[in-house]
Amino acid sequence: MLYFSRLKTFGILLLCGLGLLLSLPNITPRPGWWPQAAPWPQVHLGLDLSGGSYLLLQLDTNAITKQDLNTLVDQARQTLLAARLGYTGLRADPANNRVLVHPLAGQATQAMAALNKLVTFAPGAGSASVALSTLPDGSIAIAIPSATRAARVSQAVTQAITIIQRRIDGSGVLNPSIARQGQDEIVVQLPGISDPERVKKLIGTTAHMTFQLVDTNAVPGQPLPMGDEELPFSNAPKESLPVFSTVAVDGADLENAQASTDPQTGQWVVNFTLNSLGSREFADVTAANVGKPFAIVLDGKIIEAPNIREPITGGSGQISGGFTARSATDLALLLRAGALPAPLSIVEEQSVGPELGADAIRAGALSLAVGFVLVLVFMATFYGLFGWFANVALVVNLILMLGILSVMGATLTLPGMAGILLTLGMAVDANILINERVREEVKNGRKGLAALEAGYKRAYGTIFDSNVTTLLAHITLFIFGSPPVRGFAVTICAGIVTSLFTATVLVRLLTSRWYVARRPASLPV
Amino acid sequence: MFTKPLFRFVPDGTRIRFMNGRFAGLAVSAVLSIGSLILFFHPGLNMGLDFRGGVVLQVETPQPANFSALRGALAEAGLNDAALQAFGTGKNGVLISLESRANAAQTQTAINEAISALNKAAPGSKILSTQAIGASVSATLFAQGLEALGLSFVMILIYIWFRFEWQFAAGAVTTLILDTTKAIGFMVLTRIPFELVTIAAILTIIGYSTNDKVVVYDRVRENLRKYKTLPLRELIDLSINETLNRTLGTSGTVFLAALPLALFGGPALSGFAWIMLFGIVVGTSSSIFIAAPILLFLGEKRLRRTNAPVKK
Repeated sequence: MLYFSRLKTFGILLLCGLGLLLSLPNITPRPGWWPQAAPWPQVHLGLDLSGGSYLLLQLDTNAITKQDLNTLVDQARQTLLAARLGYTGLRADPANNRVLVHPLAGQATQAMAALNKLVTFAPGAGSASVALSTLPDGSIAIAIPSATRAARVSQAVTQAITIIQRRIDGSGVLNPSIARQGQDEIVVQLPGISDPERVKKLIGTTAHMTFQLVDTNAVPGQPLPMGDEELPFSNAPKESLPVFSTVAVDGADLENAQASTDPQTGQWVVNFTLNSLGSREFADVTAANVGKPFAIVLDGKIIEAPNIREPITGGSGQISGGFTARSATDLALLLRAGALPAPLSIVEEQSVGPELGADAIRAGALSLAVGFVLVLVFMATFYGLFGWFANVALVVNLILMLGILSVMGATLTLPGMAGILLTLGMAVDANILINERVREEVKNGRKGLAALEAGYKRAYGTIFDSNVTTLLAHITLFIFGSPPVRGFAVTICAGIVTSLFTATVLVRLLTSRWYVARRPASLPV
Repeated sequence: MFTKPLFRFVPDGTRIRFMNGRFAGLAVSAVLSIGSLILFFHPGLNMGLDFRGGVVLQVETPQPANFSALRGALAEAGLNDAALQAFGTGKNGVLISLESRANAAQTQTAINEAISALNKAAPGSKILSTQAIGASVSATLFAQGLEALGLSFVMILIYIWFRFEWQFAAGAVTTLILDTTKAIGFMVLTRIPFELVTIAAILTIIGYSTNDKVVVYDRVRENLRKYKTLPLRELIDLSINETLNRTLGTSGTVFLAALPLALFGGPALSGFAWIMLFGIVVGTSSSIFIAAPILLFLGEKRLRRTNAPVKK
């Protein structure tokens, strides 16, 4: 009981010191001389404390499949045309992830052989791009294998994350966290932003820009000619124009976009530059269609449709769609960052304004502090000197927990803070058990040191069993629970482990030092 | 205060015959738990946003909120399902909740409509927070939470069985399940919304309650070895009395820690803290009045016979 080797004492103090060191970054600001590369571990504040936005986004995987099948239809048409083979009923079958085509009678084998060229193996991919099969009715099915589709979705999610990252970086939000979750979901966390609606718009816009020629031959009120589509205006949803479905120039060939004011009109515009391929296409189209209207389309909506006054060969142009400073800047940012591979939808959203965060912190922090003080006072009144030892251990415990949570990069929410406080309430349980035991031993006639020894020894068994049971329950919760439950379970597990150390080892060290120094005639229990 | 303790809960040598109240304890518990189960199915939990799906906007109006004007503006915007509720201590806080929409895009449209309706009815209002959760997400979260909770009960069962006897394990887990049902009944009655945070509160009280049961059982186990001839009923009474100061002491500290949160913690924490307070009271009393009697019924003959033959 009394004997602590030098090494052991040193170890205990070292551990406490380490805890203090690790929790320091939460209390003091990062000093200037601290190396950039060195870690500065901090507990992250949850949205309820820092304010900000949490968005759970889901990629529209059906749109990807639809795109892929449309490409496949085009490829099949070209392949069969090149092989001079006739066919009927070429169509996409999205429900079964395949394209169907019916070859002419007697040409089934040749058609199959020709289409076999579509089967490719991308480097690194585990499965073929497509699989061919003949159906009982004689038509050929070109199917996308599920493994290929999964790889494609995964790739699209990665691409979407990169683009979101670029968009958010461009908007000036600090410390965003963007992570994949599950198959097709992306979690975006933006601490401390003040205008969540703007960021939502920035992230949620697909920003696929195309240039399409307006079909001036279409007659209003008549059915649309083949190969045309009717697109609405973005600023006047009830008006629309017939345009050719074929994309003349794709926004993917965009090199740069900047917002500025037009020196003549003073209005906000977006200036763009195309890459060499885009410039050539742009020059060809504009040269062939001088005098005709040319629609600039963003995500299926026409921004504007100016007339082509002269061929544009330089590869740069201007979009003026009645922008404000903000909307022009945002559009330029979206165009620079690139288009999302498929539309994203916001499945879950949580935004907390900075005022609410501050209020919540004030009320929460105050009541947490009061609760903590109440526990200290309670221990002192009910257990005297040994209660004070327990209180010292409790403060050290709080510091150690903060250190552990910082190293793990845990996120601290208000309920998490309440959880920590309650863990502290439970941490003194070990000391209460020990004190009650020592007291019993004193009542049973043991004196001083003997009572301490027996009390500690007996209490350890109880402390062990009760804490291991709780620990096991929370480890199970951690393994099988959903993320928020997990965070809570981790906090409690960390609390149990640190409290075992402080409440038993540290308090024992304090008690033994006190006993050696004072050699009291009776114990204050 | 700096040397000797000032107070104790119960004097040494207290011998309350708790097991005399075993039937009363079990009966009260059974009634409460059955009542809670009925409440769970009807009217059911006040499902919070996390598990119901939908939209909640917390807004602050520049003047004390005019609910009928707000309601009118929201209905005019076609949001007939909007529910309004005051929140916070001032008169300017309003919670606007909307039901879950068919898809994400419609949800976002509804949010925008609600914001513009608000700005029309009370210009200068501030949006303090926005929360939107799809219904499918919430169902998964709920199922996952229940599954994890069930598995952690199994884990407790196995560990206590391993360290004690099966009677102890059965007693502890039965009591924990009863405790949990009562906490749910409490939430139905108080209309505290059931959210992920609430699950955290329930987890904490289960952890606390487990702790409490193990401490009492540990003393029973020790006394079983120490007093070979004492009838189990008296032995359990003795064990509870011996651990009473500890039981009340630990409950007291946790209770004191949670009390300020319940009273002054603000809307984000008070629901959580009230469940905690309720759980502490239930967990402490169930160790004495439920877990111990179950042990007595299950172990009256078996626990004694395995250790030593009962004289008399």
